[in-house]
Amino acid sequence: MNPALRRVGWHLLVLALLVPLLYPIVWLAAASFKPSSEILQSLALLPKQVILDNYAALADGLGGVPIWRFFVNSILVSGGCAAANILSCSLAGYAFARLRFRMRAPLFGFMLATIMLPTHAVLIPQYTIFQQLGMVDTFWPMILPKLLATDAFFVFLMVQFMRNIPRELDEAARLDGCGSIRIFSAVILPLIRPAVITTAIFTFIWTWNDFLTQLIYLSSPEKYTLPLALRLFIDTTDSSQYGPMLALSALALVPILLFFAAFQRLLVEGFATSGLKG
Amino acid sequence: MTTVLDRPPRVPKTRTADRKRRYGERPSVAYLFLSPWIVGALLLTLGPMAASLYLSFTDYDLFTSPEWTGLDNYLRILTDDPHFWNSVWATTKFVVISVPVQLAAALGVAMLINRRSRAQGTYRSAFYAPSLLGASVSVAVVWRVIFHDWVGQPNRALLALVLLAVWQFGAPMVIFLAGLQQIPQEYYDAVAVDGAGRWRTFVSITLPMLSPVIFFNLVLDTIRAFQVFTGAYVISNGTGGPSDSTLFYTLYLYEKGFVEFKMGYASAMAWLLLVAVATITALLFRSSRRWVFYGGDA
Repeated sequence: MNPALRRVGWHLLVLALLVPLLYPIVWLAAASFKPSSEILQSLALLPKQVILDNYAALADGLGGVPIWRFFVNSILVSGGCAAANILSCSLAGYAFARLRFRMRAPLFGFMLATIMLPTHAVLIPQYTIFQQLGMVDTFWPMILPKLLATDAFFVFLMVQFMRNIPRELDEAARLDGCGSIRIFSAVILPLIRPAVITTAIFTFIWTWNDFLTQLIYLSSPEKYTLPLALRLFIDTTDSSQYGPMLALSALALVPILLFFAAFQRLLVEGFATSGLKG
Repeated sequence: MTTVLDRPPRVPKTRTADRKRRYGERPSVAYLFLSPWIVGALLLTLGPMAASLYLSFTDYDLFTSPEWTGLDNYLRILTDDPHFWNSVWATTKFVVISVPVQLAAALGVAMLINRRSRAQGTYRSAFYAPSLLGASVSVAVVWRVIFHDWVGQPNRALLALVLLAVWQFGAPMVIFLAGLQQIPQEYYDAVAVDGAGRWRTFVSITLPMLSPVIFFNLVLDTIRAFQVFTGAYVISNGTGGPSDSTLFYTLYLYEKGFVEFKMGYASAMAWLLLVAVATITALLFRSSRRWVFYGGDA
């Protein structure tokens, strides 16, 4: 077969896979403009009539809480987690990548093993701890673990990045009289910017999506994040709520899609090279 | 490609003066950098693991202090709780079906788009997108609406969750693609000279050269599949129904611990999960000696 034809065939085949794959997301966007009664009747993409009622209904808020509040809460939790992960994981990563201390190998091995630890193994005692600290129904149970570098994925990501920085740079700085703290802040940190951005965005998105932790810790509606606000819809069996439910679902995905559009290359590559999993 | 399986580089032995120049500080500086991680490891990982082991031998409802009951929780879980076995069965079916199907899709698509083209980057991102979105409540809600005819039937409801997992094949796909691009072209050229067809090339070059990446994806995907929660919760209204078909282990553990406040019981379940996941991981590592090929240039 001629190569040009083969190439066209290849594009067509890839697109034939991509269209059904991305259909649910496109459908969500379209369905959020359909009347609730039409949503269940057909999975067609285009609404018979385009309405804004679903979004208008959201303007009334949910359970007495305005919708923007859920967004602000989600941004606070996800942003707080991202900042905490950048700080704690780069510090720990630097120690593992560059400094010498006793027990480095076993501690590094332990850190890698915690990547595989199921969250549920520590869920209940952690809950007890945060309850004793009076932090239930605050954002701290989400943010504090990140501040203590429990997200081993990102410690590992930082280590991998720092290993690729030539040691000569550290040594030159060391000869100039810099200590480890200054080397970290003046030499290493500026050079690991891609790792920092990757960590920030992945942490933000994964926290934004996380349901279980927020479900367990947040109980008053004014503290609810978006996943919990959506749960309020799930609990009602009233199908007239389908429209507003899909409208809020669509809105909740917008920040992820924006981040992805802006940083897709960095995200996909950061993910591929570190063996990091989403 | 670098993976979690890499070892830290060996630090060459140096003379003391040299060492002093290179690491001119007391090791306490290292512990300063490491202190958040150490506190976290002790207070949020090791401590809680020990605590949940203790709690698993008690009756604990969060409000009164735990009461020692010995093996009672374990005995009740294993001999007197049909829902527990339903949840084990639902989770097993989900893991055993979704992980291989997802990895096969990931490998297939990685091989498909591994071709010199300016569009490759865009296609890679597009296939990856569901992996970023798929864990959200939003997508679970979409699934619930799209599959509304299915969520009421036991087998179909589980199938919808399997599809949701497989839909997110982009994450392992991206890793497979990076692995494929590390296989030296000369290997393919060599078997092409021998007249090997596509299937033979796949079996004798691609699969063995990719086996470390397959292993890596298999381990992490299996562990992740055991922890899936959101989709099952949303599709079944948090009940795990119909007839426990979507009662994933994590969902049942959540119900016991945070709805019924049987924290001791749930802790015992958490430890059983930990033991099961650790055993499966160990078995996968053991089996890897027989089929994972480390070596060559990749």
